[in-house]
Amino acid sequence: MSDTPTMTPNTTPHQTTRTTATAAPVKARSTARRLLLGRNANSVYVLVLIVILASILVPYFAGTATVSFLLIDAIPILLMAMPMALIIISGEIDLSVASTAGLSAATMGVLFHNQHWNIWWVFVACIIIGLLCGAFNGVLITTFGLPSLAVTIGTLALFRGLALVVIGDSAVADFPTDLTAFATSTIGATGIPTFMIFVAVVVIVFAVILHFTPFGRALYALGFSTEAASFVGIRVNRSKFWLYVASGGISAFAGIFWVLRYSSAQSDSVSGLELSVVAAVLLGGVSIFGGSGGIVGVVAGVLIIRTVNYSLQLAGLPDTVLTIVTGTLLVLSVIAPSVSARIRRSTEKRRNHNITREVSSA
Amino acid sequence: MKLFHLTGGTSVTTRRVLAISAVATAAVMALAGCASGGTGGTTSGSSSKFSIAFVPKQLNNPYTDVELGGGKKAAAGLSGVSYSVVGPNTASASSQVSYINTLTQKKINVIAIAANDPNAVCSALNQAKTGGAKIITFDSDTAKSCRSLFINQVVSKDVGLIEVKQVAEQINYQGDIAILSATANATNQNAWIDYMKAELKSNPKYSKINLVATVYGNDDDTTSFQVAQGLLSTYPNLKGIISPTTVGIAATARYLSTSSYKGKVALVGLGLPNQMREYVKDGTVKAFALWDPAKIGTAAVYAAKALVAGTITGKEGDTFKAGDLGTLKVGADNTVIVGPPTEFDASNIDKYNF
Repeated sequence: MSDTPTMTPNTTPHQTTRTTATAAPVKARSTARRLLLGRNANSVYVLVLIVILASILVPYFAGTATVSFLLIDAIPILLMAMPMALIIISGEIDLSVASTAGLSAATMGVLFHNQHWNIWWVFVACIIIGLLCGAFNGVLITTFGLPSLAVTIGTLALFRGLALVVIGDSAVADFPTDLTAFATSTIGATGIPTFMIFVAVVVIVFAVILHFTPFGRALYALGFSTEAASFVGIRVNRSKFWLYVASGGISAFAGIFWVLRYSSAQSDSVSGLELSVVAAVLLGGVSIFGGSGGIVGVVAGVLIIRTVNYSLQLAGLPDTVLTIVTGTLLVLSVIAPSVSARIRRSTEKRRNHNITREVSSA
Repeated sequence: MKLFHLTGGTSVTTRRVLAISAVATAAVMALAGCASGGTGGTTSGSSSKFSIAFVPKQLNNPYTDVELGGGKKAAAGLSGVSYSVVGPNTASASSQVSYINTLTQKKINVIAIAANDPNAVCSALNQAKTGGAKIITFDSDTAKSCRSLFINQVVSKDVGLIEVKQVAEQINYQGDIAILSATANATNQNAWIDYMKAELKSNPKYSKINLVATVYGNDDDTTSFQVAQGLLSTYPNLKGIISPTTVGIAATARYLSTSSYKGKVALVGLGLPNQMREYVKDGTVKAFALWDPAKIGTAAVYAAKALVAGTITGKEGDTFKAGDLGTLKVGADNTVIVGPPTEFDASNIDKYNF
């Protein structure tokens, strides 16, 4: 919200009054203020609170084992959440991420086990397949102008179906042990998975793209209004196309990690993860309507989802509860911004009314 | 004017604090509720006290529930055993891994798991082992290196032999038969079917029996029903059907009981007595077989006790006492076989309730 001062539709009469009266808050919020008070920051505060609560309430939660088990499960979600954040900010969605990862996992199994490819060429092939999946989504959405929700629900089923065609009912498990061991290894005694280094690189790259390049800033404009964006010279279709290609590539990368982490490639690898990814992005303060959000918040969103899930699992709760909790968090994260906006509007109205009265009485 | 804005500013912060504390309160309540509902692990001091956690393939599966029931009863019968069950809702390996991780962290003494994928759960199980846990598999094994013991229902060969024997007796040792199995890739079913085929081929008693088809109902009730229907219209002279899956035999029995083939086509296989009772009583099915799934849970608990006490290590030749089940022996591949399959017919079916 505060990340986009120029785009925010702060056109309520009060806002104008306030800006003229005090000049500071809306126009030029300092970076420090923005970091401490933005919606990004809210997600971080909630995360910190949940971690503290879980440490107090859930036995065994506080410890390095938690760091290790919690983060390793967060890796695929964190990876896929990066391009997803950019796509949702630009006003679209990609529901096919988990199926793309699944197709890449299935391909990995078959090329390595049946075709005896060198594992590094297998990785290359998987990433290319992911990029192609993304490009396919991108073409349907930009060239044919189809709604991304419909297209990616279709490819969610299509890519999963292709995964089944590729690998069938079999499972491949004989991947090189040094690579599978690497995927589950941790950095020294910290409990942080070694693979997090790659994830950190991806996160930083996406943060820089979104926050510090004209391409990234343009995505916010896209999310507000594609028409307005194209009037100011943003190449709408081209931007969206490359976002989907990136999403496909990163999803394939997540699929490769998944296979190495579980030492098993199957047609149903990574299935159902798209829900967690979308929920994490929205919990991280990205608006489902597009136009606002930031990478810091999204990272916090992913960790919120994982922390809540892991602490519930640690408390011995069944999957059913986890699904319900994830669903509820998703719904809450969608309605919270609009409810708070409504509250803000009504208080502002009241305050305006008071001001008018004050002024007239004076 | 300025005063107003100050108040305005404070109220923004207040609202934020309120919002965050609301979320926090909700989280507190959720977590508190969970923490009280969850079963913590016990770190065992003496050798007779230990904690065992079952990780089935999926929760809310009738067959699994019977198995776990046996484990729960056995654990309650021993003093100082803390019993818990955690597991996924759908049969997924990745979700099992998350639960294994939580058990590792809770320092559970014994993890008993029916693996959804023999390899995917391995690294998590090895981590648990490093943390001091003993690993037992039941029903569905993992790679051998990842566990101490595998508790299996029966010897695969016995299942194959008993099925062929039952169907042969009912069709007077001659005529066409077919097999209606689960999925084309089901490990257990395929092993049993291989033994059936070998027995039909090699045993001269069965030389006049002709296996005409093997079809798959995918362990789905509707599909199995339709496949059974198709089987009888394709092979009108069919004398018998073997269905080595509880879903398949129940669906086939339902089809036969409502068709003109009732009582004319023999149906044998592996079924749950509660599901098959009405078909045995109405004459559709004469006899079928199954082991008692509860015995698996029971055996797992006693094996866990022996492993924790150190009286066995899981090597071939080890023996341990298992309550009602008597003394069980660890066989080849560190596998414990719980017992021969039981044959059910009109004379004994009412004695069983599962």
